[in-house]
Amino acid sequence: MKSDGRRVILGIESSCDETAAAVVVEGRRVLSSVVASQIDLHRRFGGVVPEIASRAHIEAVNTVIAQAMKNAAVGPEQIDAIAVTHEPGLIGSLLVGLMAAKTLAWAWSRPLIGVNHVYAHAYAAALDAEPIDYPAVALVCSGGHTALYRCDSPTRLKLLGATIDDAAGEAFDKVASILGLGYPGGPEIDSLAKGADAGAVRFPRTLLHGQSLDFSFSGLKTAVLYHVRGVPGRSNKYPGSAPATLTESQIADVAASFQAAAVDVLRIKLRRAAVKIGARSLVLGGGVAANSALRQAITELAEKLKCSLRLPPLKYCLDNAAMIAGLAWHYLDQGVTANLELDALATVKR
Amino acid sequence: MPPEKYRTSSLAGTLRLGRKLAARLAIGDCVGLVGALGAGKTALVRGIASGLGLADQRMVSSPTFVLVQEYPGRMPVFHLDLYRMSYPRAELADLGLDEMLGQGIVLVEWADRAADVLPNRRWRIDIEITGRKSRTFSVQPPQSGPKPAGRKRANRI
Repeated sequence: MKSDGRRVILGIESSCDETAAAVVVEGRRVLSSVVASQIDLHRRFGGVVPEIASRAHIEAVNTVIAQAMKNAAVGPEQIDAIAVTHEPGLIGSLLVGLMAAKTLAWAWSRPLIGVNHVYAHAYAAALDAEPIDYPAVALVCSGGHTALYRCDSPTRLKLLGATIDDAAGEAFDKVASILGLGYPGGPEIDSLAKGADAGAVRFPRTLLHGQSLDFSFSGLKTAVLYHVRGVPGRSNKYPGSAPATLTESQIADVAASFQAAAVDVLRIKLRRAAVKIGARSLVLGGGVAANSALRQAITELAEKLKCSLRLPPLKYCLDNAAMIAGLAWHYLDQGVTANLELDALATVKR
Repeated sequence: MPPEKYRTSSLAGTLRLGRKLAARLAIGDCVGLVGALGAGKTALVRGIASGLGLADQRMVSSPTFVLVQEYPGRMPVFHLDLYRMSYPRAELADLGLDEMLGQGIVLVEWADRAADVLPNRRWRIDIEITGRKSRTFSVQPPQSGPKPAGRKRANRI
C-alpha cells in the first residue's frame, strides 16, 4: 500500500476483440487506459476471428501492459494488485490475459483479482466520475451481450433478464448486413438514421410475455428482412440478394425505423426494471450504449423516473481494461482475491 | 436416401420438430444447419437442446458473436456459429471441435460456410423460408458408414 493509502490496480482485458490494459487508482481515477483494437483486422475479414484474435492478443499483450504502465508513470512497486477478465469470453483469448496477469501477480508478489467482463461494463460509468448511487439498474448491451442487472453495489449484481436469441448489437450488425451496410453495423445505422424517418416503417416491438425482462431481437431482424426483400410466398422478391430496389433514403428510413424499434424495447425493459426495484440510477454499458438514439431515449427516461443517469463516455462503453481495474478495487477492498489457479470461463449465463 | 421433409407453420412447430429430432441424436453427432438470416436456425437448436434435456430454453441464444455456447442437457450440447469465422478450419480446431464431438452433440449454424471442415458424417438440415411464419426443413441423417467408437445413443424422450 502507498503511503497515502490509495491503492493502484493494473487491469488486463482480452475476452474478445480488444487487448487492453489500464492503471486505475481507488476504483475510479483512471491513470491510463490502453486498447489495442483488432477492429481493422476484423473489418477486413468481416468478423471476430478467434484464431487470429488469440494470436493477436499474444502479440499485443506485453506491449499494451507496458504502455499502460508508462502512460500512468508507475512501476511495478506502485501496483497493489493485478486484475484480469476471466469470464465470459472466448477461452483462447481469455487465457492470454489470464496468463499475463498470473505471471505478473506471481513475479511482483501481488494479489490477483478475477473480474466478470459484463459486471465491469455495468460499472464503467463510475470511471473518472462520481460513484454510482445504488440500487441501480444496469443495461449492458453489445454484440455478444444484452443483459439487465439489478446492482446493489459494484460487486452485488443480480441478472434480471437477458436476450433469448440475438444480442442487441448483433441485431444492429445483421440488419446492417441486410441493408448492405458495412461492419460494424451499429455506428453505420446510427449515423444513417440521423435525419431519416424513424416512423417510416412500424417494426414489431417484441416484449415477450407479461412483465418479462428478457429480450428478443430475432423477430425484429426477420421483420426487417421481410420488409427489404419481400414476404416469402407473397412476392417474387425473396430471396433477393441485396436491397437493390431501395433508394438510399429508403434504406436510411428502414435503418431509422429498425433503430427506433430496438431502442423502444431496450427503453421499455429498462423502465420496467427500474420501477420494479426502485432504482436510484440508470446505468448503461457496452458498445450499444454508444448509440445516440438509445442515449437520448434513456436520458428522457431518467428524467421521467427522476433517476440519476450514468452514461459512460464512448471509450468506457467499448471493451477496455479501466473498467476491469476499477471494479477490481471493490473486490480488493472486500478482501476478495483469487489464487493462481483462477480459471477462464467461456459462458456465464443465468 | 432422399432427405426427410418437414413443414412447420409457427415458431412453436419448429421447436417441436427440434425436440423430435433430438431423440435421434447421439454423442459424437454433428448437425450442420443451413438457412438464410431469419430462417430459424437458432429456434431449431432451441428445440433440439430442449429435447436433449436442457431445462432453461432461454439459455439458447445466437452464438454469432461468442462463436460457441455450451448447454447442459443429458449430455453437453455445443452450439456453434460459422457466420463470422474467416478461417473456420483453424478456428474450429482452436475452439476444440474434436473434443466437443467426443463429449456431446455439436450443432453448427451457417454450416455451408465451411462444409469441408465439418465431419463428413453429419446431419444436414436445410431450412427454407416459405412464408412469414412457415418453414420447410430438409433433414438428411448421416449416411451409414463407420461409426465413431464409443458411440452411445441419446435417451429417448
